[in-house]
Amino acid sequence: MAELMYWEAIRRAHDEEMARDPLVIAMGEDIGVAGGTYKATSGLYDKYGEERVIDTPISEGGYTGLGIGASFIGVRPIIEIMSVNFAWLATDQIVNTAAKVRYMSGGQLEAPVVIRSPGGTAHQLGAQHSARMEKVFMGIAGLRVVTPSSPRQAYGLLKSAVRCNDPVFINEHELMYNMKDEVPDEEYFMPLEGSEVAREGADVTLFAYNISVHWSLQAAEELARHGINAEVIDLYALAPLDREGIKASVAKTHRAVIVEEAEAPVGVGSEVMAIINEECFFELDAPPLRVSAKNVPIPYNRTLEKASIPTAKDVVNAVLNMFGKG
Amino acid sequence: MNAADKKRLLREMLFARRFEERCYEAYVERKIGGFLHLYPGQEACVHGVMEAARPGHDYVITGYRDHVHAIKCGSDPKVVMAELFGKETGCSKGRGGSMHIFDVDKRFMGGYALVGGPFPLAAGMAKAIKLKGGDEIALCFLGDAANNQGVFHESLNMAAVWKLPVLYVTENNLYGIGTRIERSTAVLDQYKRACGYDIPSAQADGQDIDEVFKAAKKAVDHVRSGKGPYLLELMTYRYRGHSMSDSNAYREKEEEKEWGKRDPIIILRDRLIEAGEISEEDYRTMDKAIIDEIENEIIPFCEESPEPDVSELEKYVLAENDPYVKGGAQ
Repeated sequence: MAELMYWEAIRRAHDEEMARDPLVIAMGEDIGVAGGTYKATSGLYDKYGEERVIDTPISEGGYTGLGIGASFIGVRPIIEIMSVNFAWLATDQIVNTAAKVRYMSGGQLEAPVVIRSPGGTAHQLGAQHSARMEKVFMGIAGLRVVTPSSPRQAYGLLKSAVRCNDPVFINEHELMYNMKDEVPDEEYFMPLEGSEVAREGADVTLFAYNISVHWSLQAAEELARHGINAEVIDLYALAPLDREGIKASVAKTHRAVIVEEAEAPVGVGSEVMAIINEECFFELDAPPLRVSAKNVPIPYNRTLEKASIPTAKDVVNAVLNMFGKG
Repeated sequence: MNAADKKRLLREMLFARRFEERCYEAYVERKIGGFLHLYPGQEACVHGVMEAARPGHDYVITGYRDHVHAIKCGSDPKVVMAELFGKETGCSKGRGGSMHIFDVDKRFMGGYALVGGPFPLAAGMAKAIKLKGGDEIALCFLGDAANNQGVFHESLNMAAVWKLPVLYVTENNLYGIGTRIERSTAVLDQYKRACGYDIPSAQADGQDIDEVFKAAKKAVDHVRSGKGPYLLELMTYRYRGHSMSDSNAYREKEEEKEWGKRDPIIILRDRLIEAGEISEEDYRTMDKAIIDEIENEIIPFCEESPEPDVSELEKYVLAENDPYVKGGAQ
């Protein structure tokens, strides 16, 4: 099994799908000649040409809508939005068209587009380049939302997303493109629903996704030194969320902490808490907790920026408090 | 267009008029709910343009004033009216309503309710046509006010850069909901706005179907020949308010009267009578046959059709049994 960087895994999925099907296309700002801001489409322009690897103008609403329109009649666009903050400009087309067209046409039309975009706080990019949008998209009926935490997931989720007949939003992370890990050599399709056990444990479940999986794994190592055996559940699918997986882990550990990079209100944490409440409230030995970002536009100043985003240490402290060891 | 074509078009336009008027009545009777945007006054636009294109072959997309566009593409009027009644037999199975008529078999790719939303979708369909190597074109019909949305400019720019086979038709009825064009739009002649993207364009009289056809023929030929996009502006007027909830109080009665003198159906009818192709009696007979068809076939079909089953409320949200949701058919 080869080790690939996150961007290389995404690039490999593009390449395999484009080689297989001439109607799979890639589009976005600077993805062609320049190879993509995060290199996820590097080399594809030379291999597949400008009709299929399309450098778009800086018109997020326009080119996202164009990809959706192309998907109506057999094309499978993989649209890269350079930063998820720019996806706000495309929300009309994503939400009002892609997510709703199957329903409002009585099943006649579908929009099998993939929209990939990195969100999250990286390195002093400021309020308009550091936000996350997954919690916005995961509340929209008709849209699938997945968020890979590893190169293996990034590859397998994109492979499945391209072939799935629903619109799929893939939430990536600016800090994760150079992460290296094993990806199966053979073709691999990851389910677009479900969750993965990133670490088995018995005393508390840390529910996490994307970059917060890594904070949670670090926190679990530290907690082990305190005699607490934490389980980490990777909620790589945010819409729909894996109710069964959430329930099964809480039934096992009886304690839940949700770790999210985004601010808390109306987010993944609140949704997971609601599911716990609905599915397995009486399994709980302690009230569930959230470890989330501060509810602020992300500041530029390095110290303020760091203070706005949770860390593995925050996760450790939350769990220790929960166990009365804080 | 020969005389037989024109007689057929007269019937089609008159049918569209009577169909829409019957929608109005059904709305008042509360058989139709929601928003209802009617087409009377603008009939020559879609009929003239589609006469120059290939209905059922070319891909057509539009906004929420969409019933007549679907019918001109070949949709069964019964199925369109059933959609307005919210019935399971409606083209969108009662899930869409007046603003979301779809008939993908006829390549009528939908009515959309966000003003300007179809601009990039049409460019996308044109991109798909180009990739697949077909001889179809994409046609996008929207009103003048849609041209003030950002995606108008984004879409025209992309269509021009990539030479996409898309015809943008601006049906300029002078009002964006209740605001007259002078009060909302810096450039009144909409065809001029295509210059900003080096897209050829023209303006034609949208009340005279011969003029619409002539201009549309040129536009369609340009787009189909692979020369890229085109924008055609048709000057027209809607007789009713923007939607049924619009009292139309913002318009001068004098203006309405003037436009009423240039009714697209009457213009064609009188021309055919003058040429000796039809008599006034023929026209009245045609009109009666249309009204009978609507009353005796279309309305009873809608009344008798079943409601959607509530057990299927969640159908069509996502694809059914898509194997890749479970990780493919490994």
